[in-house]
Amino acid sequence: MNVKTAISSDFLIEFCDVSYHINDILDRAIVSGVFLGIPRGETLILLGRSGSGKTTLLRLINRMLLPTQGEVLVDRRPTTEADPIRLRRGIGYVIQEAGLFPHFTVAQNVALVPSLENWDSTRIDARVQELLQLVGLDPEEFSSRYPRELSGGQRQRVGVARALAADPPILLMDEPFGALDPVTRAELQREFSTLARRLHKTIVFVTHDLREALLLGTRIALLQAGRIVALASPQEFLRLDQPEALAFTASLNASAGFPQ
Amino acid sequence: MTPWQFFLSHQSEILSATLTHLSLVLISMLSATAVAVPLGMLIVQHRTLRAIALGTANILQTIPSLALFGFLIPLPFIGGIGPRTAVVALVLYALLPILRNTYVGLTSIDPAVLEAAEAMGMTNSQILFRVRLPLALSIILAGVRTATVITIGVATIAAAIGAGGLGTFIFRGVAMVSDAVIFAGAVPAALLALLADFLLGLLERRLKVS
Repeated sequence: MNVKTAISSDFLIEFCDVSYHINDILDRAIVSGVFLGIPRGETLILLGRSGSGKTTLLRLINRMLLPTQGEVLVDRRPTTEADPIRLRRGIGYVIQEAGLFPHFTVAQNVALVPSLENWDSTRIDARVQELLQLVGLDPEEFSSRYPRELSGGQRQRVGVARALAADPPILLMDEPFGALDPVTRAELQREFSTLARRLHKTIVFVTHDLREALLLGTRIALLQAGRIVALASPQEFLRLDQPEALAFTASLNASAGFPQ
Repeated sequence: MTPWQFFLSHQSEILSATLTHLSLVLISMLSATAVAVPLGMLIVQHRTLRAIALGTANILQTIPSLALFGFLIPLPFIGGIGPRTAVVALVLYALLPILRNTYVGLTSIDPAVLEAAEAMGMTNSQILFRVRLPLALSIILAGVRTATVITIGVATIAAAIGAGGLGTFIFRGVAMVSDAVIFAGAVPAALLALLADFLLGLLERRLKVS
């Protein structure tokens, strides 16, 4: 009986001393020495500036990248030992540009993973209806539309529905609302925070926007140059005196129009 | 004799030359597409093969067409006098536009779409056949269209190695110093090229996904 198994069992996702280097002449470290455990049902925010390694950390979870050192455990299994296809079908993924298939209708896009998993068509249809309603799109009106016939916000809603289609326990989100206009963004953030609480998914959410992090996160991991420099609940985060955390808090005050 | 009079008096001969021409082009285009599209799919993944295939197709394209026909004549199996040699030359000529467009079409897909496809747990072959190929189809077809128009023109030279077709009239007209006879080959060839361009253009627009 070793200690590591005992610790691991509490977490759905766990980073054990994970580093990721790009194997070129400079041997640049994108992520270094990350330890992080994410329990079931948490919405963990990866907060950081551009290039701080947050997207890399996210992509290490669904094996889009493999660590150059250390292990990422998903459901107690190292990603290096998992079949990448099986692993990814159990992990929802939402990205900034939505990445919807332009030659698929909304319904076909949402049905992607269920149809890859060979669900029968009545079950798929029912699931698509249910999901479109869940993300606030009328199935009657939207099912047969193509992504080009949608607004940015609607596309992102479809992206969320697609990620949830096969009811995966984990949801990875990479600045999903980053490309939207401020009004639509606020709308989707509010709806998503309600949705996330209802669904009990384990969510890892990448953003550079502290306001979004505070609204959606149960915990915030702050990244700087590939390392986690702070890990705190939203309430605690505002009281941190770590320099990078202070920089983010200052940006929040500045954007709200209250100079310090 | 005016071109029109020549045309009227040689109608059936011109028609049969047009049909020969068309069949040369059709066989060549089908073969070239059957080779270039799968090859284009293959070179998306294999870097070395990509350099070799695109390089070779590029060089083939730079060989003057009459010289290419000439080079092929002495070769065993594919060479000799007649339509078979002509088809081989036309296929070699048509490879580049189709190969290049297939490669460009398959690789110029929105990275967000490919990232999503990978992250959703699609296998490489599912990504190729359900995402890359359908989205590349109109660009691949644009390559086939370019190649077809080129092939219809180059096929007139096939008459020089005894393959028949509309080039027969052009070579005969040059030898007789008769514009009327040259026109009898050149005008139908030009019309064929325009028609092919128009029809394939229609299809290309239908397949386009915005």
